[in-house]
Amino acid sequence: MALYSEKVMDHFRNPRNTGVIENADGVGEVGNAKCGDIMKIYLKVEEDIIVDAKFETFGCGSAIASSSMATELIKGKPVSEALALTNQAVVEALDGLPPHKVHCSVLAEEAIRKALQDYYGKRDAKDICE
Amino acid sequence: MTIYLDNAATTKMRKTAIAAMLPYLDTIYGNPSSLHSAGQDAAEALLQARQRIAGRIGASPEEIIFTSGGSEADNQALISAARIGHKQGKRHIISTAFEHHAVLHTLEKLAKEGFEITLLDVHENGIVLPQQAADAIREDTCLVSVMYANNEIGTIQPIEEIGAICRERKVLFHTDAVQAAGHLPIDVKEQNIDMLSLSAHKFHGPKGIGVLYVKKGIPITAVIEGGAQERGRRAGTENISAIMGMAAALDEACTHMDDCAGRVRILRDKLIAGLTQIPHAILNGDAGRRLPGNVNFCFEGIEGESLLLLLDDRGICASSGSACTSGSLEPSHVLLAIGRAHDIAHGSLRLTLSEENTEEEIGYTIQAVKEVVAYLRSISPIWRDLVDGKKDFMIK
Ligand SMILES: Cc1ncc(COP(=O)(O)O)c(C=O)c1O
Ligand SMILES: [Zn+2]
Repeated sequence: MALYSEKVMDHFRNPRNTGVIENADGVGEVGNAKCGDIMKIYLKVEEDIIVDAKFETFGCGSAIASSSMATELIKGKPVSEALALTNQAVVEALDGLPPHKVHCSVLAEEAIRKALQDYYGKRDAKDICE
Repeated sequence: MTIYLDNAATTKMRKTAIAAMLPYLDTIYGNPSSLHSAGQDAAEALLQARQRIAGRIGASPEEIIFTSGGSEADNQALISAARIGHKQGKRHIISTAFEHHAVLHTLEKLAKEGFEITLLDVHENGIVLPQQAADAIREDTCLVSVMYANNEIGTIQPIEEIGAICRERKVLFHTDAVQAAGHLPIDVKEQNIDMLSLSAHKFHGPKGIGVLYVKKGIPITAVIEGGAQERGRRAGTENISAIMGMAAALDEACTHMDDCAGRVRILRDKLIAGLTQIPHAILNGDAGRRLPGNVNFCFEGIEGESLLLLLDDRGICASSGSACTSGSLEPSHVLLAIGRAHDIAHGSLRLTLSEENTEEEIGYTIQAVKEVVAYLRSISPIWRDLVDGKKDFMIK
């Protein structure tokens, strides 16, 4: 019996969207010292559509797979949809996570939300300048 | 291809141990407590196994109690010493911060019953000093329990000296020798040991069988109540095939100990030298005073579970902290005890060798670890911060 589903292992072994976006429109970093996971998500947004998403993750298999899946789920989506992304959606898309690993997927949800907050903050600041 | 480098978790059984077990699963199936000849054949085998095992650790046969393994032996040793202490009004126990959970959790239970526990510091090199034990012993100390060798970082403790101090101060001394038995010499008399735990599956014997050695004259509390097996100190029909397998495995381990340890030590040092080349990596535990087969590193900027999974993909079976620790995913209490920070403790890798490993495997493993660590660092935000100078390296 394997700890993780095939889907999790696929996203863990071949994570999508790893890396950095230079001059990203939104960046969110969240961490959970308990399980030792830290996740950083970079977003490129154009006309309220997430045109690109990348991540860097220090963490377990579940954390890396969740980052990969979460970035896949929001790419090409409107910001409003990305804001509504839940960790349950990430877990489902991964065909489930072991119970003690679900909290790593929560991190992905939080990192995206934080990156979007950053995006809104930057956008509003820009609006004021213009 | 599988490269098994998790011999501290458990070992592959020796063919001789399997062969020694088979008759007792097949033709010699009597209960050693039965009076008839089928039972007495089993009883005779049991007696001989007991003598052989006792002989290997310098004990007498009646000082050997067969248990279900290391955990039970540890539990029984500590609970027995606590009962003895309680009767004498002594309710203080000394141990170390990096014992196995079989010891630490039993101590927690005893603490709830009113015992006071002192856990000695194990320093950055993972070795407790005899003087610390001497300084910690009080009028009301009933037990000192210090492991012979640590299961995660492999460091060897000065148990003979600590035992001598305990003798002199008339305090019981227990050692968890689960990682040492079959790998390091044991002589309970020379090493001043009152109680000792060992477990067969750590020296190529079967799982679920172990020994608690108890020096003659120490009254032992039965943890498992029932029949009169093991002179009333441990009830339950003896696991005779496992006992035969354990005796055979211990015989073989002790016969070839120097030879095996010598060969394994060369592989270990090669592996350590190879992994030391990885930047911002540190060996955990003293480089010299460690088990012949133990290698344990922390790599800054990465997390251990993903490292294990990627090594497993390459056929390498490794561990990050002990098996029970990885279930909880709390960073290893052993690494915290030697002063590693949380982030770094999460990035630990334990590779434990046996005489079956080869030079080729070690070379392959060094290369694999280098590549996997480099890859995981390339996707780690912590690593980026370190490289960009936003954070200081903890491992220079
Ligand atoms: C130091 C130490 N003590 C106790 C144990 C428990 O032994 P067993 O698995 O036989 O219960 C282990 C095994 O993990 C160990 O390494
Ligand atoms: Zn995690």
